[in-house]
Amino acid sequence: MAGRVVTITSGKGGVGKTTLTANLGAALAMRGQRVVVIDADVGLRNLDVMLGLENRIVYDLVDVIEGRCRLRQGLVRHKQLPELYLLPAAQTRDKSAVQPEDMVRICDELRGDHDIVLIDSPAGIEQGFRYAMEPADEIIIVTNPEVSAARDADRVIGLIEAEEKSPARLVINRLEPSMVSKGHMLGVADVVELLAIDLIGVVPEDSNALIAANRGQPLALSNNRSRAGHAFHNIAGRLLGEEVPFEPLREPRVFERLLRFVSPERS
Amino acid sequence: MGFLDRLFSRHEPPSGRVAKDRLRLVLTQDRAGISPALLETLKDEIITVISRHVDVDVQCVQVSVTQSGRESSLVADIPLRHRQGVREG
Repeated sequence: MAGRVVTITSGKGGVGKTTLTANLGAALAMRGQRVVVIDADVGLRNLDVMLGLENRIVYDLVDVIEGRCRLRQGLVRHKQLPELYLLPAAQTRDKSAVQPEDMVRICDELRGDHDIVLIDSPAGIEQGFRYAMEPADEIIIVTNPEVSAARDADRVIGLIEAEEKSPARLVINRLEPSMVSKGHMLGVADVVELLAIDLIGVVPEDSNALIAANRGQPLALSNNRSRAGHAFHNIAGRLLGEEVPFEPLREPRVFERLLRFVSPERS
Repeated sequence: MGFLDRLFSRHEPPSGRVAKDRLRLVLTQDRAGISPALLETLKDEIITVISRHVDVDVQCVQVSVTQSGRESSLVADIPLRHRQGVREG
């Protein structure tokens, strides 16, 4: 069966597209999927550092497009997950070096040997968004529970509808359950009601995400030891068609923290 | 938030609710491409056109954009004034 192409986009920058792509890639590879993650943010390469692969890059997306190397040579294999590959963005070029049909051609070639291709779209709704969207079979929109991020997500949803792409699904990232319960943050139901699209995941705010980014080790690699890592695995499951129930979000209780501390592999 | 703060800020809605109301408003405007100023213009012109034929209660006319899922509709509520001597019922 030919692989699927899933584009991760958001409209607004800084909401967690790259973090989601890296973690979803890791979580899917841990489930035995053959995964390629493509950094489509030409000129602002970042997915390599999120995955801890910045020192292994030889070729990049634009080298592949312009024929300086074969596609296979451009792929960087992950250190711990042999079924996870990265196609890095070019750092010294700009987005005009990539055309929508280039992305379609590359993805069609990758579909043969891989189960899932994840494209980390650049922020914005201009050229980079267009070429990242072109080959997508499915689209995930990332937003934060904030007016500005949700508004930009809505713009993107509108553009996707206009293109008659299959309906996108939503990830609400960096939700703080304690702020929601105090009435000081938009809740999951509020965002889903107003954006009126299906939800595929909710990722709670988690300071472990920064630590993971510092180390270049996606949280999903250490599976359920963090709340956000657990949420990434749930999204991976739903992407593969598993029925993963949405758990009510709350602050972990003291004894649960203790349990994770003594026995990190549990829970 | 301390006890006293809570006591004295009771009339202020929580900021999450304010966020939801503001988000709803900007989404309505963005999706339909209708700004509050355009809505006022529409209202004035609708009143002008309808007043040519029937007597409109100008003060009570309401024109707004409503959302159902991702669909937007322009809704105009235009109360009519009854002619002199004609009773309701």
